[in-house]
Amino acid sequence: MPADMTPAKAGTATTYEDGLHGASTRVAEFHEDRSPLKKIQHWLHQTPSAVPLIVLMVALIVFGLLSDNFFKATTLSTILQQISIVGILGIAQTLVILTAGIDLSVGAIAVFSSVLMGQLTFRYGLPAELAIAIGLLLGTAMGFVNGWLVARMRLPPFIVTLGTWQILLASNFIFSANETIRSSEVAARAPALQFWGQAIQPGGVRVLYAVFLMIALVAIMAYVLRHTAWGRHVYATGDDPAAAELAGVPTRRVLIQVYALAGLFCAIAGWVMIGRFGSVSPTASTGQLGNIQSITAVVIGGISLFGGRGSIIGMFFGALIVGVFEMGLRLVGTDPQWTFFLIGALIIFAVTVDQWIRKVSA
Amino acid sequence: MNAPILQAKGLTKRYGRVTALDNCDFELLPGEILAIIGDNGAGKSSLIKALSGAVIPDSGEITLEGRAVAFRTPIEARAAGIETVYQTLAMSPALSIADNMFMGRELRRPGIMGSVFRQLDRPRMAKFAREKLNELGLMTIQNIHQPVETLSGGQRQGVAVARAAAFGSRVVILDEPTAALGVKESRRVLDLIRDVRARGLPVILISHNMPHVFEVADRIHIHRLGRRLCVIRPQDHSMSDAVAFMTGAKLPEGVQTAA
Ligand SMILES: Nc1ncnc2c1ncn2[C@@H]1O[C@H](COP(=O)(O)OP(=O)(O)OP(=O)(O)O)[C@@H](O)[C@H]1O
Ligand SMILES: [Mg+2]
Repeated sequence: MPADMTPAKAGTATTYEDGLHGASTRVAEFHEDRSPLKKIQHWLHQTPSAVPLIVLMVALIVFGLLSDNFFKATTLSTILQQISIVGILGIAQTLVILTAGIDLSVGAIAVFSSVLMGQLTFRYGLPAELAIAIGLLLGTAMGFVNGWLVARMRLPPFIVTLGTWQILLASNFIFSANETIRSSEVAARAPALQFWGQAIQPGGVRVLYAVFLMIALVAIMAYVLRHTAWGRHVYATGDDPAAAELAGVPTRRVLIQVYALAGLFCAIAGWVMIGRFGSVSPTASTGQLGNIQSITAVVIGGISLFGGRGSIIGMFFGALIVGVFEMGLRLVGTDPQWTFFLIGALIIFAVTVDQWIRKVSA
Repeated sequence: MNAPILQAKGLTKRYGRVTALDNCDFELLPGEILAIIGDNGAGKSSLIKALSGAVIPDSGEITLEGRAVAFRTPIEARAAGIETVYQTLAMSPALSIADNMFMGRELRRPGIMGSVFRQLDRPRMAKFAREKLNELGLMTIQNIHQPVETLSGGQRQGVAVARAAAFGSRVVILDEPTAALGVKESRRVLDLIRDVRARGLPVILISHNMPHVFEVADRIHIHRLGRRLCVIRPQDHSMSDAVAFMTGAKLPEGVQTAA
């Protein structure tokens, strides 16, 4: 055996490691001098909801200056009322997008669930409370089917939900026979369906129960995503599913749970729709627009479409921004098309910022 | 000698037309450091993935402490006490060091906040993670909440090694744990591997670094073309012998066919 190939005895350093004697025992510290821009980038990386919050503040100030009526309690409560349904659909969309998926069926699940609640009460004579419970359950089941197809059959979420969107919306028309249940009938025979349309009126300002529900649900999901193991698993699954799986996250189960929970939130939104609109209508615009509106809130809210980044509070700010723009521009008296123009610009801005923040690690 | 703690017989794993494991045998004895060496693509990672539940072998048997096991997921292997550092490290880039160390085994707050509201015990997890990283000397304390993607490649590897060493209870598997590490940090990892053995846990170490392998290993499993070619002791052979065996330049005594 050649001398230079003699294996080193355990515990003794091999020659090139002799240089380690007297090596500094300080652990690595990072005191790079960062430019202010870099500092902002880092801060945004840690607090992804900061961008929408700033945009929201700026929008509030600008519209406050442009219109005397803007900072009135009634105006602000109307904005919250307008976004209550989108806000709840946005929770569902946030969950799915955090796992790097997308749910195009949120609007369809909401409308179909509301129709199920209505028809079970009026056509099949179930007590309204029971019909609501079944509606929520069936909404969850619709989400579960999405999740099962994504997680077990490994189909792309875009395709799965593009399919179920059409299927559910069509089933909704077939099942309801295109029949709307009028508001007065609902109020007379099944007021529970309109529960979230009730309001408290402190000092004459109407605040719908639906607004409180939306805020409570956002708060609960913010807590769940941030402070529970399941929430961390949702982020990990969206961030890098292969790594998450190896690290001990049951990613497929998490995916199914996420889509099923999203279905539940959509069904809740469906119930809220009855309260907001009074009637139960299979042709409610939410079926078509709910997807785009919820995705818009999520994207403006700084949640990455690539998954694993962003916060649900950001989505709430995103929904508020849309509501503030709509109301503000109406009060200022411009062409309503400017709303869509500006929101479109904001979407592109938000995604640009997201890309820039993600470069922080590079 | 005692019976093997972890053993595999006739493992085969095919990826399409590539046979990554070809009727491969494997034995890990209690309390030993077993190195696995072999060329790139020899099937070393495939072997440890089969042992740790990350891939399901097409055929073959695995026994842990004499009992047959068939892990379907890494979670099952982990529950059985097999802790693995994968070559790809298996970290969630956007999550913090502490979140990553406790991924899949998070600690909850004591009392009602934990049992009903399922709240994570962030302070306790941070403290533990900090201690483990300090043992490896890789990180300043205030960085425990920084996302893993802002760490250097070597620091990430350090976190992964610390995670495995901290949680392993039966077997610790390390797939090239020092590949991205500096001289000083590699030394710490080697010391840590010995610490793990001193705790009575056997370690499987995959490495291309022959001085490291010959320094810490009790036995060396030489892997070639998807199977175990032979097992040697570092005292009996030189590094050049080992390299000759694993590249096919030379045949070890007692092995008949040129692989
Ligand atoms: N997921 C996969 N899909 C297809 N082929 C794979 C996959 N994983 C491994 N292989 C193939 O299996 C063979 C063995 O790969 P493996 O990663 O086990 O090698 P290795 O010994 O760990 O190599 P290295 O030293 O480079 O890490 C290779 O030919 C590789 O191309
Ligand atoms: Mg490998």
